Amino acid sequence: MGRFWAAFFVLAAVITVAISWVSPSMHWWFPVDGHAHSSLGKRIDDLFYLILVIVSVTYVGTQLALGYVLWRGATIKPEDKVLFSHGSHSLEVIWTIVPSAILLFIALYQMDVWAQYRIKTHFPKKTEAVAEVTARQFEWRIRYPARGKALQPTPQPDDLYTVNELHVPSGKPISISLRTDDVQHAFFVPELRTKQDAVPGLVIPVWFDVDQPRSYELLCAELCGWGHYKMKARVLAESQEDFEAWKERASAEQFDDGFRKIAQEAK
Amino acid sequence: MSTLHPTLDHAGHAGDDAHGYGHHELTFIQKYVFSTDHKMIGMQFLITTLLMMMVGGALALGVRWQLARPWESMPIFGHLKFATDGGQISPESYTMLFTMHATVMIFLVIIPILAGAFGNFLIPLMIGADDMAFPTLNMLSYWFMWPAILFFSFSLGLGPEWLTGVRGGMDAGTAQGWTSYPLLSALKQAAPGSEMSQTWWLMAVTFIGVSSMMGSVNYMTTIINMRAPGMTLFRMPLTIWSMFITAILQAFALPVLTAAGFMLVADRMLGTCFFIPAGIVVNNAAPTIGGGQTLLWQHLFWFYSHPAVYIMLLPAMGMVSDMLACMCRKPIFGYKPMVYSMAAIAGLGFIVWGHHMFISGMNPALGMTFMVSTMMIALPSAVKTFNWIGTIWGGRLQFNTVMLNCVAFVAMFIIGGLSGIFMAAVPVDIYIHDTYFIVAHFHYVLFGTTLFGVFGAITFWFPKMWGRMMNETVGKIHFVLSFIGFNVTFFPMHMLGVAGMPRRYADPYHFEYLSHLLPLNQVMTLAAMVMGFAQFLLLGNFAYSIFFGPKCGRNPWNANGLEWTAPSPPGHGNFDIAPVCYHGPYEYSSPVSGEKDFLMQTEYVPLAQRVVHVDH
Repeated sequence: MGRFWAAFFVLAAVITVAISWVSPSMHWWFPVDGHAHSSLGKRIDDLFYLILVIVSVTYVGTQLALGYVLWRGATIKPEDKVLFSHGSHSLEVIWTIVPSAILLFIALYQMDVWAQYRIKTHFPKKTEAVAEVTARQFEWRIRYPARGKALQPTPQPDDLYTVNELHVPSGKPISISLRTDDVQHAFFVPELRTKQDAVPGLVIPVWFDVDQPRSYELLCAELCGWGHYKMKARVLAESQEDFEAWKERASAEQFDDGFRKIAQEAK
Repeated sequence: MSTLHPTLDHAGHAGDDAHGYGHHELTFIQKYVFSTDHKMIGMQFLITTLLMMMVGGALALGVRWQLARPWESMPIFGHLKFATDGGQISPESYTMLFTMHATVMIFLVIIPILAGAFGNFLIPLMIGADDMAFPTLNMLSYWFMWPAILFFSFSLGLGPEWLTGVRGGMDAGTAQGWTSYPLLSALKQAAPGSEMSQTWWLMAVTFIGVSSMMGSVNYMTTIINMRAPGMTLFRMPLTIWSMFITAILQAFALPVLTAAGFMLVADRMLGTCFFIPAGIVVNNAAPTIGGGQTLLWQHLFWFYSHPAVYIMLLPAMGMVSDMLACMCRKPIFGYKPMVYSMAAIAGLGFIVWGHHMFISGMNPALGMTFMVSTMMIALPSAVKTFNWIGTIWGGRLQFNTVMLNCVAFVAMFIIGGLSGIFMAAVPVDIYIHDTYFIVAHFHYVLFGTTLFGVFGAITFWFPKMWGRMMNETVGKIHFVLSFIGFNVTFFPMHMLGVAGMPRRYADPYHFEYLSHLLPLNQVMTLAAMVMGFAQFLLLGNFAYSIFFGPKCGRNPWNANGLEWTAPSPPGHGNFDIAPVCYHGPYEYSSPVSGEKDFLMQTEYVPLAQRVVHVDH
């Protein structure tokens, strides 16, 4: 009976490894195509995989050790003596120092990625401030400067507005100013691995770059009320020319007095 | 008094004259309701928390229903509780469900079952005392739980509106997450669940906090002052060490949460603005006057709630150590490292709270410091895991219900602990924060680890509590169903997190990148239902065995602790012979123990027999 239980626990560990192994092919893994689409996102994925390797080796090792001691304990013969030991000082030293070294390595190795993400002096030199993103219950209101102008902290008469659609130029570092009108929200673009809480009373700069010009899903990642699940939006990355062309069109639409089209058709 | 009568009524009265008790008859109320006997109080906590566990589980099944069949009418409960929504769980109710699931499980189940039930029952028995240092305070700590339960029910949306002031039933149940972040929880207009129900919730947390505080003071005093002669600190079982360290954690961390709770109540009801910045307009309400900072709440809340998670882990670690040594017939591997590790976990636990706040907008430099301290706290947990494996190594294992639950504890602690390393790494946490990866991690450490340890502890100490054994077959079936159900429910959550599925979403599937995750979630819900209903086996086994279980003597497990010298169940005053402690608690298979493979702490070994050279 003991052997059955030892095998039971080993089997459970094997199943977890098997499920993890097939997860990427079942698309229970990083979203859409499995790759990050921003430079910081790629660095995050590299760190994730590094930790995954370290953790997997540790996991397999400890589960094997557990399975081994369970099996031994299940198959011990009545005449065998139990190992009467209160411990081993040298083992304690080894399995204190080795994990500490590994953990400290993981911690220190990542510091510059974190600094790049959040410390302003580590942001890329030329980051274009594209928009101010305001989260509110339950939508995203986005304010862009007019074409050729710089984003100001306060709304300007010729600023452009969209709801739930953040247009950005692809291929270069851009930043948004994240704020909220009411409660806390969080700006989360899974495929770019970008996330930042929007805090009442604060305006937080968030920078990222997008490698491919297409649409990326944007959602809220901090409980903000009953509609937290439906703050569905998108980040629309376009080439610089398309981005500027969009701004022209948007400006024209937004400041249309209703008569220009009629006047043109009358010509 | 020349013969011993080891029954409930007569045992333990040898010391009565010293206490001035005499032979007084207790009324039913004094004996069973407002008892000051630690064993009865422990029992009251145990039964109450087991019932609360079923309530918390039911709330979780509501969450799982919505994730498996979004916007479909829920069977049975749909028409009972959500009739106005056509049987559907509304988005408001969904936010209430996960809020109250976490609240009930944390405040009404895990913390009270570890400290209140097992701490109360075991501490005096294991250190050789006749009761706690403050029996009346002990009784109050149990009864303060009931106002908390009542107020949590009000905050859930139960109860009539004229009584509770909650407008809208469960749709207006408190819905701000158990973390209750302002401004969602500070501004009444921010959500239906942020009106009166949130106030009830805060009052309930205050009551349960006071209950815990009373307990922690009692435990520290008892353990420091009332140990039997010969029981030095380093001869205490690891269960007692864990309860002691946990009590210290409670004492230092709880006041911060209570203060934060008062500040939030003041913001909501007295017009203060501790957490409310200026100019915020929620739902067309008047703009806030402001002057406060929302992040302050997060610091105060997590300053308690991080040590709280160790409060929810350490006692189980201590109890599992005792159970493993007994079931493997071997000493604990590395007793002192185990003590120091628990102390390190507790100490480090006070300086890691910011790891819940990496994305919160706090000063990024803090992210670096909290990353290092969080990585380091993995170390004592790893040391303990290696020591448990070392304890099992070379033993003669008895694969009973107790052992199975303890091995599951170790196996799932490995998973839960290792998944924590991902979120300790701040850049990786940017992605997995507020996704199901986090949910997987804490369920593995709180349920897979602690709760399985509790299942083992219930089975192990049940004979001492009631003088009867629980049914072994039902115990094993309960274990298998719970283990399989638990792992099928929660292991895939790691994958869901990597896939970017956010937490607290009533319907994640309307996002294209998440829509393919529905089948996996449906399997998980089925497994959760199996796991949930399997708990009735535990409750049934528990209730049945109290009356009809096979009777047992004082020490059915051949264990070493002082509690096994007392009668089963112990009478008033616990011990018929005052215990004296001669050695540590883990002398199993000792060469000096003679024919048997255990050496009780109260067993004196003559000098001649003690001189046996052992290599270790």
